[in-house]
Amino acid sequence: MNALAVTNLTCQYGKKTVLTDVSLAVTTGEFLVIIGPNGSGKTTLLKILAGLISPSIGTVTLFDRPLASYSRRQLARVLAIVPQQMPMDFPFTVEETVLMGRSPVLGLTSFEGPADIATAREAMAFTEVAHLARRRLDQLSGGERQRAVIARAICQQPRIILLDEPTASLDPAHQIRIMDLMEKLRREYGVTVIMVSHDLNLAALYGDRLLLLGDNRVEMAGPPAEVLTYELLERVYGCVLLVDKSPLGGVPRVTPVPGRHIGARLSA
Amino acid sequence: MFLRMQPLLPRLLLLTGGLAVLFAACFLAGLATGSSGCNLAETWGLLRHPGQGDTTAATILFEIRLPRVTLAAVAGSTLAAGGLVFQALLRNPLAEPYILGISGGSAIGAILGMLAGLSSFPGVPLAAFAGSMLTLGLILIPMTGRVALASDSLLLGGVMVNAFCGAVIMLLISLSRSSQVQHILFWLMGDLSRLTPAGLPVLAVVLPCFLVIFLLARPMNLLLLGQETATSLGVNARAVTLVLLLATSFMVSLVVCQCGLIGFVGLVVPHVLRLLVGPDHRLLVPASLLGGGAFLILCDLLARTIPVDGDLPVGIVTALIGAPLFLFLLWRSGK
Repeated sequence: MNALAVTNLTCQYGKKTVLTDVSLAVTTGEFLVIIGPNGSGKTTLLKILAGLISPSIGTVTLFDRPLASYSRRQLARVLAIVPQQMPMDFPFTVEETVLMGRSPVLGLTSFEGPADIATAREAMAFTEVAHLARRRLDQLSGGERQRAVIARAICQQPRIILLDEPTASLDPAHQIRIMDLMEKLRREYGVTVIMVSHDLNLAALYGDRLLLLGDNRVEMAGPPAEVLTYELLERVYGCVLLVDKSPLGGVPRVTPVPGRHIGARLSA
Repeated sequence: MFLRMQPLLPRLLLLTGGLAVLFAACFLAGLATGSSGCNLAETWGLLRHPGQGDTTAATILFEIRLPRVTLAAVAGSTLAAGGLVFQALLRNPLAEPYILGISGGSAIGAILGMLAGLSSFPGVPLAAFAGSMLTLGLILIPMTGRVALASDSLLLGGVMVNAFCGAVIMLLISLSRSSQVQHILFWLMGDLSRLTPAGLPVLAVVLPCFLVIFLLARPMNLLLLGQETATSLGVNARAVTLVLLLATSFMVSLVVCQCGLIGFVGLVVPHVLRLLVGPDHRLLVPASLLGGGAFLILCDLLARTIPVDGDLPVGIVTALIGAPLFLFLLWRSGK
């Protein structure tokens, strides 16, 4: 079954077209990574998949039902999103933040019960932040904070999780930790993972399928070996990228070359 | 590590219970204190057996002090809750109805209403509400469409709107007949003494606003995580924001009509409470209502007992406490 599907989707902000004629089907339990240059519409696509933005043209279906037919709370019980940034002007503790993941199932007037607290504990144990429960979000390191935010999303018990560059500005150890968590979430709970990433090598290592956006349209979608070819990447990214095989299992490995990008060629 | 989560309900009951006792104590002290000092025993006797005892004392208690202290309580609750709501919606601890110019806009509406000879209820409050909505629009409309609804530019815009409202108020006063000027000036500085016992029921209008704000406490928590995260957690962010802004502007403009411009209550009270109980609005809303009421009753007590010729407007006391705190917060947030 398709977890999420979009057909002939076009999105415009005012007169600016951000996405043109995008079609995509994500099967249940898939790990999909959306890649592409800055400004290619990755985040917009993710927000459309999350129901945060309505497309100008085209339809989105969630488990074979139009996304627009879901209420906000119904949607929140199926689909969780981990945003690129989260404001922390009034920082909550980790446990308070994670418990907010129960909001979609609670009414306006009811408080979290023991079952909700148990779910929050489970989510915190899953992302290994249980020991940080009483710490404030703004007092954590980048990696710890990202795991806390992911625990909040997991606490929603979603069937699909959408992440916007979850490994940006993290060190390699934390990057791998976050990616492993997503892989475990998919393996153990069958959650569909859709992620936007700039890290082509992580995308190759973890993604079942990659979606390459370029110039606001889909350039290519398929297994890493089919998408990550130097002809395609050099054209879309506008720089020289060497592609060889990773020592780990033969997935593609992408290496940028110093000094060889479009701007350099123009100014040379 | 063994993890124990704190259930919310016991904390809520403990906090509101404690603050209710504090509130009741302040209310009683407010009733018992006057120009002749503090007489708790006599006040308590009069409250328990109205109609008995000294009739002059009873008249002072029921005709003068009771309306005054009740107005202080309601105004304090309203302004503190109003500050709390604006801080949550703008995600800025420095936001407050007075600083954003919402109170100033209400005052312009109210003055225009008074000069036009509208009835004290519901004419003038409606004019004040219109004024507050207009200033709210002035601040918010240039911001819509931009990503950062929470940015400092909003606060800056509010400060400018506030300054503009101040100038318009001065213009209106300059243009009005001299007999009205003294009255308007005193009211503007925050005057709690104008309410008559017959006017007390009008204050009940704010109670539904309090209820709405309390019911929307959890959505306010979620809005602190950002509009998109709140939406993805099932909150209709736009509707919640709109209802909160309307309820807050409505109750603030009603209070402005009754007692003029009292600043900084909405800054001091939520800030201190946030330090004590954290940022959860399900605790902060009831705490701000009770704490704000108690705070303004105490400020009014101070204003009444500081020996000056006549009464000191309570707005001066709250500004003397609040403005330094505002600067301190600004200084700390810049670090």
